[in-house]
Amino acid sequence: MIAMQRCRRGSKEAFEVFVRKYMKQAYFIALGLVGNREDALDLSQEAFVRAYRNIKHVKSDRRFFPWFYQILKNLCVSHLRRRRYRQASSLDADDCPEVAAAEDHFSPEVVVGRDEAKNRVWQAIGKLDEKHREVIILRHFQGMSYEQIAEALFCNKGTVTSRLYYARKRLKELLGAPKGGGINDVP
Amino acid sequence: MTCHDYKDLMMGYLDNELSAEQRQRFEEHLTGCPECAKELEEFKRLKAITDEVTLVEPEDRIWHDYWDNIYNRIERGLGWIVFSVAGILLVIYAGFKLIEELIKDPTLGYLLKIALLALTAGLAILFVSVLRERLYFWSKDRYRDVRR
Repeated sequence: MIAMQRCRRGSKEAFEVFVRKYMKQAYFIALGLVGNREDALDLSQEAFVRAYRNIKHVKSDRRFFPWFYQILKNLCVSHLRRRRYRQASSLDADDCPEVAAAEDHFSPEVVVGRDEAKNRVWQAIGKLDEKHREVIILRHFQGMSYEQIAEALFCNKGTVTSRLYYARKRLKELLGAPKGGGINDVP
Repeated sequence: MTCHDYKDLMMGYLDNELSAEQRQRFEEHLTGCPECAKELEEFKRLKAITDEVTLVEPEDRIWHDYWDNIYNRIERGLGWIVFSVAGILLVIYAGFKLIEELIKDPTLGYLLKIALLALTAGLAILFVSVLRERLYFWSKDRYRDVRR
């Protein structure tokens, strides 16, 4: 809370503490949402810049991370929309820009110990819609509890559970799709 | 309760987020519901393979330079704002001076002077209109405070 108050008064030193504490989390969340390293790095840093500029408006009893997460998420979502728009403009009308946009940018090179099964899971996560992708990222890649996710998403635990159910169901369908084998083929 | 009502409990069970009482209730349901038991097994497999996916940690250099990049962006952002404001003021000043000179110039025809005045008035109306629109939407933004 003291660090938050110092940040609100414009202290860059106090803000640096927040950046160093949350930079990895911010980068990996952005990576999960947009799918490639360069964009994730740029967007996570931009989110901190915007947080610094707006922190004076934050209520003093607010916790930093859930508030910051909203900025990061909004930036990533706007970025994805711009990317889709650009792709939709550049692709032929016969193609399917929505699918291509998400899939193409979830590059397998960001996955440790690349193999076909892991690549397929990563690509499938990239095909989820934003609302479902974010709960998968927060739960599986950030290891956040339902309560922490609910706080970050400004919703209740019931909504988190429900979104997780439908996200996993969709993921199961994607991995079970006829093209390239199903969930049962994944070791 | 129907099977659909147990979906939330299924996620909690999978992620170890249930209380002892909820856990027991769900396990009791599982013993009598093969559909939910099958679905749970599929979700367990999915969770296992998703948990195996880990993302590559960037080089140390990225973390080392991370704060410096943010610091530079913050500093430059302020510089750009000052630069832009000064630029806009200078352009407005130069524009008014130019128009003043042209209006006073006796060699120019009335039609050209009227056109110049109309151009200036049009630009001013557009500017005020955009500014008013931005302020209106900003004041009506229901989520303005929610995000903070």
